[in-house]
Amino acid sequence: MSQELLNALALFVLAILVGFEVISKVPATLHTPLMSGANSIHGIVLVGGMLIAAEADNPLSYLLAFVAMTFGAMNVVGGYVVTDRMLQMFRKRTTPAAAPSAEQGEGRN
Amino acid sequence: MSQAWIYTIVYFAWLIGAACFVLGLHLMNSPATGRNGNRLSAAGMVLAVSATLIDLIVRPEGLSGTAAVIIVVGFGLGGGAGLYTARTVKMTAMPQLVSLFNAVGGGAAALVAIDDFIRLAGGGADISTTIFVVLGVVFGSVTFSGSLIAGGKLQGLIPGKPIVVPGGQILTIAIAIIALVGTVALILGAAGVLALSSTASILLLGLIVAAGLIFGITMVLPIGGADMPVVISLLNALTGTAAAMAGFVIGNPVLIIAGALVGASGTILTNLMAKAMNRSVLNVMAGGFGTGDSATGVVAGGAGASVREVSADDAAIQLAYAQSVIIVPGYGLAVAQAQHQVRELAELLEAKGVDVKYAIHPVAGRMPGHMNVLLAEANVPYPQLKEMDEINPDFDRCDVALVVGANDVTNPAARNPGSPISGMPILDVDHAKSIIVIKRSMGHGYAGIDNELYSNPKTGMLFADAKEGLAALTAAVKAV
Repeated sequence: MSQELLNALALFVLAILVGFEVISKVPATLHTPLMSGANSIHGIVLVGGMLIAAEADNPLSYLLAFVAMTFGAMNVVGGYVVTDRMLQMFRKRTTPAAAPSAEQGEGRN
Repeated sequence: MSQAWIYTIVYFAWLIGAACFVLGLHLMNSPATGRNGNRLSAAGMVLAVSATLIDLIVRPEGLSGTAAVIIVVGFGLGGGAGLYTARTVKMTAMPQLVSLFNAVGGGAAALVAIDDFIRLAGGGADISTTIFVVLGVVFGSVTFSGSLIAGGKLQGLIPGKPIVVPGGQILTIAIAIIALVGTVALILGAAGVLALSSTASILLLGLIVAAGLIFGITMVLPIGGADMPVVISLLNALTGTAAAMAGFVIGNPVLIIAGALVGASGTILTNLMAKAMNRSVLNVMAGGFGTGDSATGVVAGGAGASVREVSADDAAIQLAYAQSVIIVPGYGLAVAQAQHQVRELAELLEAKGVDVKYAIHPVAGRMPGHMNVLLAEANVPYPQLKEMDEINPDFDRCDVALVVGANDVTNPAARNPGSPISGMPILDVDHAKSIIVIKRSMGHGYAGIDNELYSNPKTGMLFADAKEGLAALTAAVKAV
């Protein structure tokens, strides 16, 4: 194996360990936003779509790169926006008892 | 600036982006910092993508016009679709949207690997690249078709109940063998042992893609709708791994780091979810369990044990004159989309001086934490939402526990050995002085067993759909 590949494998293993450590501290109530947030992070494959688009030189490659770009962009943009929508709902209201129903609807997009 | 300098700067931008992902996930530890965490992660993404774009533009060979069009139009189309659906989706439909985003992410990872392989098929692919391509393609295509099926089940496009295909297991084994043989042939080809023309190796890869797609479908179809959260979480982890494999194929560090992060997080989350349901991941994947959205259970009072039925008016009086009320929302509330009704009732009770809290079981709703999101959407103040361990001692002091569409997570049978749910962590609802259960029927929950809570003398059953029952209760409380 090349040195480059060995380095990449080291990166992979360390990132897995970091992932375990960071995730295991998240409380259950935030697991759905967390899952959605993690879901948007793997949209990084968009970068892969850009790199193959740049190297494409035949119709099949153009097509594959185009679909990969579209899919990746949908994953990234949609993922972050929907996660943000979820998380903004967790804001604290300082006076819960004094919050009348007149406030309802606020905070919804 | 020399090419090496530019590449160094771009590489640093990728590393900073990856660090933002890690820190962003870390900030999601708490509701207070969660939103900033997601924004930091998004900023890392913008940085990584911009750096890549700059790298492509300043390369000596430049960015061809066609490539620029593909990147801009593809991004606009996919990004626009993602933005629109994410903005307009109802929060109750959010799990299937996450599943859809997961599907396209997996599809993109598979396509990146496929494209790179086709480029190298003329003889440039070495053994390690071939292995990473095959892994990326298999994970990506399984997660693509699997997530679409999972989303379809949650959306109701595909029946939520387990679909058992006759001979399905033999089919699955046959597919696995085909994929394995294809993989071995490709690796032997890369090693030079087997002489494969580039067409032959591309056809073999196509066979592996097809096997992956079919496997994704046959894997998810036999699993019940209620198990979909575990499945989506597992597929999410798989997509992360597919992205990391694509990163190995094209030699990109940020794909490897981000993909591995997601792979690890998804695995942890999957285990936590399965554990909270007292099941193992393997057990879930074996399928055939869980009935999903079965709206029609046994008719009211159909089950053997004697239960006490209570009218909305009687229940309202109990609630209105209580000191403290704990609301236990469950899957039924999520299905009936009654989160606004429950908040309205709670605010009404608070105005009457009743102390109201919500007891949230870790797997209430359709995903862990989904109930929190639903209630938060309905403007329920976050501090009122209590997790299981925090709220359980409070049931001893609570006057009325109002169970809305929750079943197995309240079943005291879990404390005794010999029940299918033995050992499952439950909410101690039966410790409350009085219990009101809003439920459509005596139909069984997810585990398919009787709930001893319902035959408890302290329990009054209010047979209604969660939404209608809560509306009736609210009207009755107003009249008290």
